[in-house]
Amino acid sequence: MANTTPRETVVEFDRVTLAFGEKPVLEAVSFQLEHGETKIILGAAGAGKSVLLKLTMGLLHPDSGRIFVLGQDITLLEEEELFPIRQHFGMVFQEGALFDSLTVGENVGYALERLGEIGPEEAERRVREALQFVELEHTIELHPSELSGGMRRRVAIARALVSQPEIMLYDSPTAGLDPITSHRIVTLVIKQRDVRRVSSLLVTHRVQDAFEMAGSYFDPGQEKLLPVSGNGGGRDTHTRFLVLRDGGIAFHGRLEELLAQRDPYLQKFLA
Amino acid sequence: MGLLNDLAKDRVLAVQEFALMSARAVRNIFRPPHYMVDVVRQMDFIGFGSLPIVILTGFFTGAVLALQMSKTLTTFGETSLTGQLVMLSLVRELGPVLTSLMVAGRNSSGIASELGSMMVSEQIDAMRALGTDPSKKLVTPRLVATVIMLPMLTIVADSMGMLGGFATSFFMIHMNPAQYWTSALHALEFEDVFQGLIKPFVFAFIVSLVGCYYGLTTRGGTAGVGRSTTQAVVAASVMILVSDFFITKIILAVLD
Repeated sequence: MANTTPRETVVEFDRVTLAFGEKPVLEAVSFQLEHGETKIILGAAGAGKSVLLKLTMGLLHPDSGRIFVLGQDITLLEEEELFPIRQHFGMVFQEGALFDSLTVGENVGYALERLGEIGPEEAERRVREALQFVELEHTIELHPSELSGGMRRRVAIARALVSQPEIMLYDSPTAGLDPITSHRIVTLVIKQRDVRRVSSLLVTHRVQDAFEMAGSYFDPGQEKLLPVSGNGGGRDTHTRFLVLRDGGIAFHGRLEELLAQRDPYLQKFLA
Repeated sequence: MGLLNDLAKDRVLAVQEFALMSARAVRNIFRPPHYMVDVVRQMDFIGFGSLPIVILTGFFTGAVLALQMSKTLTTFGETSLTGQLVMLSLVRELGPVLTSLMVAGRNSSGIASELGSMMVSEQIDAMRALGTDPSKKLVTPRLVATVIMLPMLTIVADSMGMLGGFATSFFMIHMNPAQYWTSALHALEFEDVFQGLIKPFVFAFIVSLVGCYYGLTTRGGTAGVGRSTTQAVVAASVMILVSDFFITKIILAVLD
């Protein structure tokens, strides 16, 4: 499974800087996300992790530097010019950000409404399929207020996946959840990475989730996660780590390289 | 001095943002997609939902006006003019202003808190991420619905006010009903009706856009939502009263 051929870059940050008031949140940040790669973003609270995701999707604009998505410079695009670019993305927000006034089915189908070529029957089929993927098909008629925190997060994943995006952005998808629900969500993320080869940026505070993503692969035959160190034969999970500190990048690389770091800031994340 | 400078910059920036948001909301009326279901839903909420408070406000304003006017007019032996004074006060001034203030209290706050909650829970960002322009989906339907419903609510308030004035005149002052209605209807001229309907039309922009502006600029979690809600009602009420003076001045200058 190791891939030695050059991979297509889907997202590129080129010396991106953004400040809120006097305080720079990100300062000259540069990195690339390759096709099929999952980049796990770690960092202390306020390090600019969520801001980085919003910049990637054009929800925020940088003060300087450039951002490329699928080869297109999106830095100076207007809101309406960004809509076609955003069709390539799926985003899971920190608290789900489901629309309170809509049912679960309507929330998941929201992204399909703007795709005129999809008829109502096909839309419903895809909504059910997306909800089946997160094992919540039975909640289709419920409102978000009737769901638990973990269920809301899984519906948010279904909403992000329903239009089959090429790039997924996850903003702390397991924050504040119990270990069982967290594991279920991590499995969904890995399944996307390994089955559909979706490129992802994933922000998390939970290092155990990050390690699981880097050290496991999804076996479609057994429908479960398996460790790469076992029968996986040391396969590359295409998962890299990006650690932010004081607006800059403190580390960028593989899990093994991260584990070998002696920097006290990085050690704190691994403790 | 630096603090004063920052404050002035913030104010100027806020006016600029408000103007840009308003211009975009108006421009969206002529550009697809149009969210007609949202317009109808807002018309129901803003228009039909405000009916009870508008009816009560209109009726008792008319009633108290008749009471006050008749007392003053008795001094000059002109109680027959009660209907005329109630009608003109209501149609020209009190109907549009009080209705707009009541609708601002109910809907500017409602809009600010709803959009503010969506803002702090990242629903607005989610909407943008899913390819929907919040200005088209949230601001323009509220603007269109308020522009349609506020003049209608003003007509309802004026009618209820006349009825309230009549109730006072008939039951308390024991005035002849024909005298009240004849005096009222004869006093009414085109410029009064024009003035009375152009005002709610302008106030509708204030009620809806101020609510949307404060909602969409909400920061700081649930405390921020509360702050935005209060600011929206205060700003909308003050703007209605200030603009009322200038609209009246302009209309009187144009019609004279």
